[in-house]
Amino acid sequence: MLRNTKEDYGWVAIVLHWVLALLIIGLFAMGIWMRSLGYYDTWYNRAPDLHKSLGLLTFLLLVLRYLWRMGNEMPQPSLKLSNWEKTSSRIAHTWLYLLTLIVILSGYLISTADDKSVSFFGVFSLPAAFSAIEKQEDIAGEIHEIVAWVMMGLVLLHTLASLKHHFVDKDVTLVRMLGLRKKN
Amino acid sequence: MNVNRLIGFLMLFVVAMSSPIFAADYVVDSKGMHASINFRIKHLGYSWLTGRFNHIEGTFSYDENNVEATKISIEIDPASIDSNHAERDKHLRDSDFLHVKKYPDARFVSTRVESTGAGTATLYGDLTLHGITREIQIQVTAVGGGPDPWGGYRQGFTGTTKILLKDFGIDFDLGPASTEVEFDLNIEGIRKG
Repeated sequence: MLRNTKEDYGWVAIVLHWVLALLIIGLFAMGIWMRSLGYYDTWYNRAPDLHKSLGLLTFLLLVLRYLWRMGNEMPQPSLKLSNWEKTSSRIAHTWLYLLTLIVILSGYLISTADDKSVSFFGVFSLPAAFSAIEKQEDIAGEIHEIVAWVMMGLVLLHTLASLKHHFVDKDVTLVRMLGLRKKN
Repeated sequence: MNVNRLIGFLMLFVVAMSSPIFAADYVVDSKGMHASINFRIKHLGYSWLTGRFNHIEGTFSYDENNVEATKISIEIDPASIDSNHAERDKHLRDSDFLHVKKYPDARFVSTRVESTGAGTATLYGDLTLHGITREIQIQVTAVGGGPDPWGGYRQGFTGTTKILLKDFGIDFDLGPASTEVEFDLNIEGIRKG
């Protein structure tokens, strides 16, 4: 099944979730690693270029995921959840989207602070949209770093919550995102 | 000959007013930006990378008849470093290089001047950069001076100097050809009062 049902995620939603998870966590690790590179390291210029291309890819997939979500049913949350759990889960999921967008946007504003464009794997270049703030690269850089850490905190919370569903509540929340729910 | 004496006196007065016989104080023309601190550093040993500090202010006192009494102090905003590449400038302001959050001030204060010929001198002074103060020497040439078209009086100089990055505690490895930074300085002052 490609599309979601009331009980299950379709394969498109599942693949988008895990590819984005890999990209978001991978880009965070890459950001830390590439800043530690020496000037003569082979990856000194290559890593930031790849980081930017993957960041743009993340943006495209995030938009795609949101559109897919809008055009699909959403599997119902576990019936065992209390109201505050449902509310906080909804808020957390919204912020996973928003923080990812903020990190991508601030990264874009660093690279384009002097009107330079950002290359997407050399296929096309995204031009600068906005480069009017004094020391834009510094301000955007602070936001990029701090929000990325907050985002990772939220990713940790999201992960712990999914494990709680699986091991404590013993419900299908995690397995259905893995596409492993047994159908009776 | 009272009239002649009066004319002679007036002539002397005009000369005295238009050329500074005594040391005069000048403000570096930061407003009109007729001053610049430009730097260059070798890139890999294959070319020169140039840039400048955009925000500088300063004052000097100068008497062309007593050059060795010259005094100058310049305040440099290290965060205003500009190499025409935002990502590089961000890196240069970071802790790998100038660490401007921790060391927001940089300045040069002269200590003494040695005349080295007509219109040239060696300027000694303390450069504070990256929280470290060291004596440097600047080779200075007087470019010119005189009245400007707007009622002021100006004096201008050019200078060159170089520093080793490690002398100022900047140890990010840019390669063996890139340990030294050269500076080209242009300073124009407007006489006070």
